[in-house]
Amino acid sequence: MIALSDLVFRWPRQTSPCLDMPGFALAAGERVFLHGPSGSGKSTLLAVLGGVAVPERGRVELLGQDIVALAGHRRDAFRADHIGFIFQQFNLLPWLSARDNVLLPCTFSARRHGRAGDPPAEATRLLERLDLAESLWDKPAAELSVGQQQRVAAARALIGKPEILIADEPTSALDAERQQAFIDLLLTEAAAVGATLLFVSHDQRLAAHFDRVLSLADINRAAMGGEA
Amino acid sequence: MKAVLLLALKSAWARRLTLGIALIAIALASALLLAVERVRHDARQSFTQSISGVDLVVGARTGGVQLMLYAVFHSGSATSNIRWDSFEAIATHPAVAWAVPLSMGDSHRGHPVVGTHADFFAHFRYADGRPLAFATGAPFAEVFEAVLGSEVAQALGYRTGDRITLTHGMVELGPDHDDKPFTVVGVLAPTGTPVDRAVHVSLEAITAIHLDWAGGAPLPGLVIPAEHVQKFDLQPKEITAMLVGLKSRADVFRLQRHINGYRGEPLLAVMPGVALDELWRTLATVERTLFALSALVVLVGLAGLTATLLAGLNERRRELAILRALGASPQAIFLMLTVEGLLVTALGVLAGTALLAVGIVTLAPLAQAHFGVHLSLRPPSGNELALLMSILATGLLASLAPGWRAWRMALTDGLTPRN
Ligand SMILES: Nc1ncnc2c1ncn2[C@@H]1O[C@H](COP(=O)(O)OP(=O)(O)OP(=O)(O)O)[C@@H](O)[C@H]1O
Ligand SMILES: [Mg+2]
Repeated sequence: MIALSDLVFRWPRQTSPCLDMPGFALAAGERVFLHGPSGSGKSTLLAVLGGVAVPERGRVELLGQDIVALAGHRRDAFRADHIGFIFQQFNLLPWLSARDNVLLPCTFSARRHGRAGDPPAEATRLLERLDLAESLWDKPAAELSVGQQQRVAAARALIGKPEILIADEPTSALDAERQQAFIDLLLTEAAAVGATLLFVSHDQRLAAHFDRVLSLADINRAAMGGEA
Repeated sequence: MKAVLLLALKSAWARRLTLGIALIAIALASALLLAVERVRHDARQSFTQSISGVDLVVGARTGGVQLMLYAVFHSGSATSNIRWDSFEAIATHPAVAWAVPLSMGDSHRGHPVVGTHADFFAHFRYADGRPLAFATGAPFAEVFEAVLGSEVAQALGYRTGDRITLTHGMVELGPDHDDKPFTVVGVLAPTGTPVDRAVHVSLEAITAIHLDWAGGAPLPGLVIPAEHVQKFDLQPKEITAMLVGLKSRADVFRLQRHINGYRGEPLLAVMPGVALDELWRTLATVERTLFALSALVVLVGLAGLTATLLAGLNERRRELAILRALGASPQAIFLMLTVEGLLVTALGVLAGTALLAVGIVTLAPLAQAHFGVHLSLRPPSGNELALLMSILATGLLASLAPGWRAWRMALTDGLTPRN
């Protein structure tokens, strides 16, 4: 499902690479927890997996397709079609309603639109599943609490059943109790759509319910360490 | 594509306050530019159309521009007059078809009084050869009769049959000729030329009201009542200028040379078209400077737009990164930004056009009264449309920079949050 080999990545003006990875793989439907200290390159790895950052060298195979070899617009389309993203915070377009935020992937990807069936109905279903009060659906995202925003973001990542879910510290802005509840919800939903989930955090205490736990230091030779 | 444009609109609406300020700046700037263009055009129009069908304007020897200014535009005054026998000599020259004398110096409530012959109304032409027409009444026939330009009648509310008195000199509070009132016998139709602002009386009347005057003041102890003036010789000894029409236009240079070399006194003959061009050229630098300044103001307005968009990009990094992550191509991001800038420019230009219309409606009477410039409300001319288009094009250029930056930024920023 996700296979990465012989990967080297460096940001512009960086002297030593940020990522130098011999390889690692995720099986279809697998739910993996990846941890590492702050600044160690977790978000960078996700950017490379999402095809937003292009590595100097190496293969990034998603669903059997090497996205590094794809032309820019094909990579954008691939990402829209197959990957659902949840970020640490500031996930939503603040001026768009919660419902329209959930529907966004369907406007950029015909495939996700198709797989969602009836997108507005699917958005409603997901928002209900994620326990967001109906009175909030048509409010601008900026007026929701952080926890509510993260649930909307999860609904957005799940709509149209993408094969790959990538979550970059989606719980760091939540309190401990809600963190666990959110992760449980995400795990259940990922299982329901059969998605492969890569969950990134520096907080190892959250790892409990995942199929597998990875440390970035174990798969990344460029031990810049980070500062935390 | 449609979805992206819709998103661009929603996003812009969310930032309507800052964008609105940029829009207002652009609206004001384009209204200013349009106004300068409009005034320039209308002023030039009033100018070049002010006289036609007259082959030569003759006055005492000064500059051609100055002669035109006082003889045609009633602005400034002649340094010296021309003698009556010079007028007769030119009027009877074999090449001359007609000649009309002009005598200036008095006024009526700020409006210039022109002493002339009744022929003036027959020979004077303006615009592309249009003759003067009477809205009401007819040319003067008696000494104390006056014909008003349309603006005088309108501004002061006169109709035929009303009585008016003239004032000596051009100041509104100068000494009055109130012992010799005039009857309004005709009002001219509007022409958009200085004729509209003038009060026309016979040359004899000018002599008559000055019979008991000397050196710009009434002679003490001497009063000649209006009913007695006919006993005097009312033939003037001097006039201010004259308009000449030729039998054949081909003679114009010959006669001009003849008049400029006239032996009786130093005279100057100018061809109105040539002199108007020269006059316009002296104004053209002012006009061009104004235009350049307002174009600069437009540029400043658009630079403000670029600055607003660029500053907005910083707060929108996250928003754009999210859109990228959801599958928006860099081209789509570029499009969003550029469309936004273009939209603000277009709305600004529209608002500017509306602002100009409002400005013209409210300020036209003022401009007419104080500067004699007639501003008309009309749809934008070809020239103005071209200006509007170039503002839009510059607006597009101004939006390309933020668009390009967003394109670059969206890629490198990616998903790594930084604040
Ligand atoms: N857009 C970027 N441009 C240049 N350098 C970057 C960029 N994003 C990250 N980096 C650098 O790459 C390194 C890894 O950053 P990254 O964001 O991947 O860390 P992280 O593991 O996600 O940290 P955190 O837990 O704090 O989110 C850092 O040294 C950072 O300075
Ligand atoms: Mg990170």
